[in-house]
Amino acid sequence: MAPIRRRLIVTLAGFGALLIVALVTGPLIGSTHISLARVFDRSIPFADNSDAQIFFIARLPRVLAAALVGAALAASGVVFQALLRNPLASPDTLGVASGATLGAMLVITFHLSFDVFGIGATPLAAFAGSAGALAIVYAIAAARRRGTSSMVLLLAGVALTNVLGAVERFIQIIADYTETLRNVRWMMGSLDVGGYAEILASMVPLSIAFVIILALPRVLDLISVGAEAAESRGVDVRRAERLALLGASLSTGAAVSLGGPLPFVGIIVPHIVRLLVGADHRLVLPASALIGAAFLIVCDLIARTAFGAVEMPVGAVTAILGGPFFLWLLFRRLR
Amino acid sequence: MAAVSKTAMTRAGRACAAAVALMAAALQADATRVVSIIPATTEMLFAMDAGNRVVGVGSYDRFPSEVEKLPRVGALLDPDVERIIALKPDLVVLYETQAELRKSLDRAGIPYYAYTHRGLADITATMRSLGERVGVAAQAKALADRVERQLADVRRRVAGRQRPRTLLVFGRDPGSLRNIDASGGDGFLHDMLEAAGAADVLANVHQQSVQMSTEMVLARAPDVILELRYARDDGSADVSAWNALPSVPAVRNRRVYVLRGEEFVVPGPRVAAATERLARTLHPDAFK
Repeated sequence: MAPIRRRLIVTLAGFGALLIVALVTGPLIGSTHISLARVFDRSIPFADNSDAQIFFIARLPRVLAAALVGAALAASGVVFQALLRNPLASPDTLGVASGATLGAMLVITFHLSFDVFGIGATPLAAFAGSAGALAIVYAIAAARRRGTSSMVLLLAGVALTNVLGAVERFIQIIADYTETLRNVRWMMGSLDVGGYAEILASMVPLSIAFVIILALPRVLDLISVGAEAAESRGVDVRRAERLALLGASLSTGAAVSLGGPLPFVGIIVPHIVRLLVGADHRLVLPASALIGAAFLIVCDLIARTAFGAVEMPVGAVTAILGGPFFLWLLFRRLR
Repeated sequence: MAAVSKTAMTRAGRACAAAVALMAAALQADATRVVSIIPATTEMLFAMDAGNRVVGVGSYDRFPSEVEKLPRVGALLDPDVERIIALKPDLVVLYETQAELRKSLDRAGIPYYAYTHRGLADITATMRSLGERVGVAAQAKALADRVERQLADVRRRVAGRQRPRTLLVFGRDPGSLRNIDASGGDGFLHDMLEAAGAADVLANVHQQSVQMSTEMVLARAPDVILELRYARDDGSADVSAWNALPSVPAVRNRRVYVLRGEEFVVPGPRVAAATERLARTLHPDAFK
């Protein structure tokens, strides 16, 4: 036990430091030059202090949203990969992100306008969509008498994703061209939340999800080896699987509602982390959350500064940056 | 000697070119059955008295009301080639980028007029050339001249006035400031804004549309924000989301305006009236 505890402390301290560096430097860099002295100058009223507004309204919420979304997607990626015993599994494999996309598209295309505590219709509908998709997958998982086949879950997820994708394409066809543009914008993903209301709202499902996920590592180690092996060690596999499904889906739904369906973070970050720290989920899970958070902060930083005033979609940056790095890690491992 | 022969050759070349142009014109007889899948060109055709020659329109065509009775043949992304051919058109007005559709029409031997969205000056240029192609050149020229006169009138009224630094927004997520789409420094919206007496805060971003971040709005600090609403049931005129950015002069001085109407995003004959509405919003005094 002692060696794993020491490795855990070292890993968490190292990756935690990385995240803190990203969290601190993220809001300092941007497409505009601002004076830090002015940002924190209390003598200027906030309503008149454009530097402070750029810092506190435009940048800080973005960095926090990136950290939350990155951590949530990476952690749920780890859980899904273990749960489905498939290295290609990602937060969208079971259709949770597609459900969120469908919810957002319905609101955009049919001009549904409502808000709850300052949260707009789009993120609310996205979260409802992900919850709907989760309910379907969960019902399928729960209907099984014996908790063995991750293949059933995987197939159900693929089928659900395809059905939802077909409905989304149908909506795109009946949508007006302006609505189509708004739909495409949403699907590209954006962390420019412009305030704290959406972040605070997403903290509710995210905290529940993180509590569930943090209780999972030991079970995941056993499940990822095989259900029989897990059962022989006294694990209630069906219960563990459902908890894992619930936690990872909840965190995916919250993340996608906040930042849109950002590709790559949830599938690649867990693999990068495994290449760095090994396969033990006690290490992989927290390390992935930390690296996912730092990674997405850096990606968003590049997205908002690389081309000056004009932004790049952050989803494009995650793939461009993460892909080659992952290939390089693989290449080094193979030699 | 060499100079003479060069001139002679140039003359011969010009004569040849003129002959080819004449022949081409003769081959391209007037169009009597036109399918127009672009709202802007459909409006142009009706405004130049060629509406009775239009036999099919695109899915998004809504103006003038006569189009409601015409068969619809798809649009930019989903043109219905079968329905187009079935209408037996002798001219199809399509987007330049519709390579697939152009190929199909080439195979069917149906001529087409390729259109592309550009600046304000291109709108009247398109009217003239489309009118010539259809065979209503005189009416088209009169229409284009009238639009240009109206635009010149707007320009004259706002000339010499202080140009407010303006942001023209044509889309954002409802109820929030996420995914803001604004007009950049290229294209007809930018030209309309400048003609209406504004200084476009995105003039130096050479794109037709710009995805604005919150930081960009704060940094560019526009004096006026104009929001265009033009989708089918874009009912809400709610601009309270902008209050999240109190340091922006437009927000502080309550100069965030919503302008409703499809004419803002259809670069056709109504563009002059749309430009005048922008100008009236920016410079109400100039129209007293």
